[in-house]
Amino acid sequence: MSKHAAHFLYPLAGTLIIILAWHYYVVLFHVPIVVLPTPMQVLQAMVTESKALLEEGWVTALECIYGFALAMAIGIPIAVTMTYSRIANQMFYPLLVASQSIPKVAIAPILLVWFGTGLKSKLAMAFVIAFFPVVVDTATGLRSTSPELLELARSLQCSRLQTFFKIQLPSALPSIFSGAKIAVTLAVIGAVIGEFIGSNEGLGNLLLTANSQLNTPLVWAALIVLSALGMVLYGIVALAEIILMPWAVDSTQKH
Amino acid sequence: MSGSVTKDAKGAGASAPFGRIVNVTKTFNTAGQPVPAVKDVSFEFRKGDLISLLGPSGCGKTTVLKMMGGLIPATGGLLELDGKAIDAPFPGVGVVFQAPTLMPWRSVLGNVLFPMEVTGKNDARAKARAREILKLVGLEGFESAYPRQLSGGMQQRVALCRAIIHEPSILLMDEPFGALDELTRLEMNDLLLDLRRVTGATVLFVTHSISEAIYLSDQVVVFSKRPAVIVKELAIEIPYPRSSKTRFLPEFTELERQAGVALGIVHQ
Repeated sequence: MSKHAAHFLYPLAGTLIIILAWHYYVVLFHVPIVVLPTPMQVLQAMVTESKALLEEGWVTALECIYGFALAMAIGIPIAVTMTYSRIANQMFYPLLVASQSIPKVAIAPILLVWFGTGLKSKLAMAFVIAFFPVVVDTATGLRSTSPELLELARSLQCSRLQTFFKIQLPSALPSIFSGAKIAVTLAVIGAVIGEFIGSNEGLGNLLLTANSQLNTPLVWAALIVLSALGMVLYGIVALAEIILMPWAVDSTQKH
Repeated sequence: MSGSVTKDAKGAGASAPFGRIVNVTKTFNTAGQPVPAVKDVSFEFRKGDLISLLGPSGCGKTTVLKMMGGLIPATGGLLELDGKAIDAPFPGVGVVFQAPTLMPWRSVLGNVLFPMEVTGKNDARAKARAREILKLVGLEGFESAYPRQLSGGMQQRVALCRAIIHEPSILLMDEPFGALDELTRLEMNDLLLDLRRVTGATVLFVTHSISEAIYLSDQVVVFSKRPAVIVKELAIEIPYPRSSKTRFLPEFTELERQAGVALGIVHQ
């Protein structure tokens, strides 16, 4: 068996073992469906409710994507500003760190008041939770530029813009991407929290509704779609990383 | 053949030095305490010469090199190149560090062309020259490779090409071969001499290897431990081109001994 096949087959076998164990646990111990449905029942729910799952999934996906995009669009410039302006850094960095001690769930009701029960409050929630790793990792990346490369730039009398765009930003790209990967996963959590607090659509809402109706197979189906959504979004960021950083392809594949 | 041209130019310019370092002092401020790194250092060099700054690790010879490139200001004294005082970065400097410090996101060719790009001279001629010098250092066919695909020695060759692509008037090398294994290092020494012959570049070369300093240089400036003061200047009269045989000449060994005595590691 080739190495490539092993990479693919072992995780598949592992998943299969878990699913089988789950199935036989439910069947052998006569676990009621309300407590835990069998994998087959979850699959059935996924098929029969596929339309609702896709529609609500799309709503949640949009909330995540917008929230994540906003976190990147605002987080990166803030990190740049704080890296290059000592005053801005001293003024706002402690505040930024302190803001992270607030449990994000606690902000959700406020966001609901500000932005209503629609897309905007979920987007805001996803943004709030995804923003911090983007800022921190971008700033770390910018600060970790090789001092020798900066010296090279100085000896060549590069302008500040040249130094930034040709040396510091590309140097920071690997860090920016590791921040982005964390952020996109957190955005999903943020969107679901937002939907839990107040919403009439999205997977989080579907999950709550199904739960209150004791429709456990649908709850599990929604969970699976949610995790698939998270994986797809993560995959897109990882793909963007490979496309934008072809020089680092090997190191990315090792993970 | 261009070696003889360089010799002639040297002869003509012997009276007026190309570079001058006069009573240069550098004091760093570490935690409010003045720490002297370089003390009252003076030497001169001619155009096209290769000068080694030899001394123990961390003695301050790198500081002298950086001051010569205008990268850090001197606390006192005067540095001059081609009649102009140096107090800031100036055009026409090439630098090579101990680590190759290539940009991993750029191809070999892209790395070599970087100085041309930032000075707005990245034209077809620059590309042709880049290919030419890459060929000279034996990296033909690697133009589009990424640095991570190359060995340490190959990466340092790329760094060398990047340092000379813009035809600098002075090449500053900070222990460039210190991180390489002995065999690669010997190879790189000959490569540097080849490049110097072809380009006629003036080179300041920092090293802590006695034999490397003598093998490469027209002139060796020996520094003491920190703060750096010059303890000896050696003129290396062994004619170029030099080869592995040079290392076994009696005068080579004698120069090694003198440098060793100056450094306090060989007793008379």
